[in-house]
Amino acid sequence: MTTPIPTISGFDRIDPADSPSRELVIAGARKTFVTPEKTHVNAIDNVSFTIQQGEFFVMLGPSGCGKTTLLRSIAGLDTLDGGEIRLGGRRIDLLPPHERPVNTVFQSYALFPHLTIAENIAFGLEMERRPKQEVAKRVTEMLDLVHMPEMANRKPHQLSGGQQQRVALARALAKQPEVLLLDEPLAALDLKLRRGMQSELKRLQRTTGITFVFVTHDQEEALSMGDRIAVFNHGRLEQIGTPEEIYEKPASHFVADFIGETNFVTTPARRLGTGAEERLEVTLPGGSPITLPKVVPTPGGTVTLAIRPERLSLSPAGERFASGRIVKLVYMGTDLRCTVALADGTELAVRVPPPFHDGIRPEAEVSLYADTAALRPLLPEVQAAP
Amino acid sequence: MTTGLSTRTGANTLERRATPPPPKRRSIRLGQLSWPGTVPALIVATLFTLGPLAIIVMFSFLSRPAQGGGVVYEFTLEPYVNFLFQSDFLGNTMFDPRYLVVFGNSITQALITTLVCLALAFPIALWIVTRPEKLQNMLVLLITIPFWTNLLVRTYAWMLILNDNGVANSGAQALGLPKMELLYTPFASQLGLIYTFLPFMVLPIYASLAGFDFRLAEAAYDLGARKIAVMRRIIVPLAVPGILAGVLLVFMPALGSFVQPVLLGGGKVLLIGNLIASQFGDARNWPFGAALSVIILVMLMVALLVIARYSRKSGKAVEVSL
Repeated sequence: MTTPIPTISGFDRIDPADSPSRELVIAGARKTFVTPEKTHVNAIDNVSFTIQQGEFFVMLGPSGCGKTTLLRSIAGLDTLDGGEIRLGGRRIDLLPPHERPVNTVFQSYALFPHLTIAENIAFGLEMERRPKQEVAKRVTEMLDLVHMPEMANRKPHQLSGGQQQRVALARALAKQPEVLLLDEPLAALDLKLRRGMQSELKRLQRTTGITFVFVTHDQEEALSMGDRIAVFNHGRLEQIGTPEEIYEKPASHFVADFIGETNFVTTPARRLGTGAEERLEVTLPGGSPITLPKVVPTPGGTVTLAIRPERLSLSPAGERFASGRIVKLVYMGTDLRCTVALADGTELAVRVPPPFHDGIRPEAEVSLYADTAALRPLLPEVQAAP
Repeated sequence: MTTGLSTRTGANTLERRATPPPPKRRSIRLGQLSWPGTVPALIVATLFTLGPLAIIVMFSFLSRPAQGGGVVYEFTLEPYVNFLFQSDFLGNTMFDPRYLVVFGNSITQALITTLVCLALAFPIALWIVTRPEKLQNMLVLLITIPFWTNLLVRTYAWMLILNDNGVANSGAQALGLPKMELLYTPFASQLGLIYTFLPFMVLPIYASLAGFDFRLAEAAYDLGARKIAVMRRIIVPLAVPGILAGVLLVFMPALGSFVQPVLLGGGKVLLIGNLIASQFGDARNWPFGAALSVIILVMLMVALLVIARYSRKSGKAVEVSL
């Protein structure tokens, strides 16, 4: 069942094809907080990136990683200590919030409790002193857009969490912002409602063509919704890319660990060749030497490899890179989760899909196979300054 | 002693065992007092609130004895007629606006008090609410400090400040300003009223703002509102219950006040409070004093009904108590 996409007046004025240059640029953003213990913490540590017009952009990271602070800085509710925020070439980080073509959907929804749903949605338009008729027309359109036309005269407290969420969305979209900021908008909803709202948000984003900047700590949500994802940790930008790039080619230990399940193996490595021909050769316990196509620095002659459990196989496919003993088996329904201990004690998780369950039993000696592309050498961790 | 206690306990148990458990379950609401617990309070409340009120209403319909003071138990509407009409020695009855002027002056003074208190209290309350929580409690405590001393003592203190050689005039002289006549002026009376009732305006407004979610103000900024619009459209509407409560708490007692007009205003302007006090005192006309009280009472009740209607219509609860 597909819901017909309602036509909305005004949104067509920002068709990406017409003005491809209206991108949101964060350049050298910095912000420092002073904790109650009087230590300075970098909430945002020299972050630069560009969000394309009409993109569904997700900022992902654990709580306290600076993603919300950055979002609030774009909205104008927080100020940066340094750096610039530009929208379509115009610097906006020095403008007061009401002069920025940016609106926010808050985690708490922040609906005005003394106003009806219609009045809530009309609030932003009234602040622009739009004519009454136009405001009324727009409120009706927005209520249709979020499928709540019959709720116009209710008060926020008479609505469920999911409905309040839709109103908050309609209220922010009513102003036809160039960029819509969403601060963990689905965090308060239960799982089923959240799934529904995720596809609803994607639909709204495609309908309106507005750039969405979506903050979340839920990696699954980020992977399923984002056109591109920026992963933050301790105020630094760890990686930026499509969901596939983030998942398949994590740039750092943190990203590989934060998104999905990952095995980490630290192993001695040898450098072969020079220049463009340079390769890394690693040998894991009980396996044959494997040449990796990607070269990373190898301090102390070792390298850390990231391997996804579902990219490993117990039956011959790709390179036989290690062998060990099954120490634990957990039946997960969709697959069998084996923990394999290598000779040096390293434990690797392997997900075995149903057709290959036969013959797998505890204490069995097995060989591990994988594509060389599945073994991703990671950049050595830079010790974070204490 | 011990035996007595044990027998009593034993008797109780026996009694309890003897009575069969009630077939119908009675719903127990936690925190509810049983009837015997509330009876004394109800008696006191009835005696001390409704009792005097009933006496005043009754007195207002009775006659004044020839020598004045007390009442004669004879029904008459004379006190109410006297409020608007005056009979001269020849028996002609004519309209007499003097008491209406007194009411007008009192209402004006109470209104000014209420408006000035509101104008001062709202920023104070808003400022307190935006402080850190520890400081907030401290500041609320400071607001209540005047309640720690008697109103008369505080009013005498104002007399010391305002008199011809008082603190205010000494200060003015030190600055090279001419001596001003401050005490025993309508200004002093008004000042005293504002001083007395300011906390009654600050506290309910603070209470209603204390629950204010400042993320709503952020949302309003985000939707393009400027500071003034945030104040007018979001903060003030949400503080309306507190404002109404404050207005009631200030206006009603300010209307009937008589300490400040006499001690600070020098009794130059006659106000309702003084008028009523004099009817029960010097003028020895109890029924008329009672009638004046009933008239104020009716006026305030009408005002309350109007507010209650507004409250029902707008769905906003008016918190008269803190």
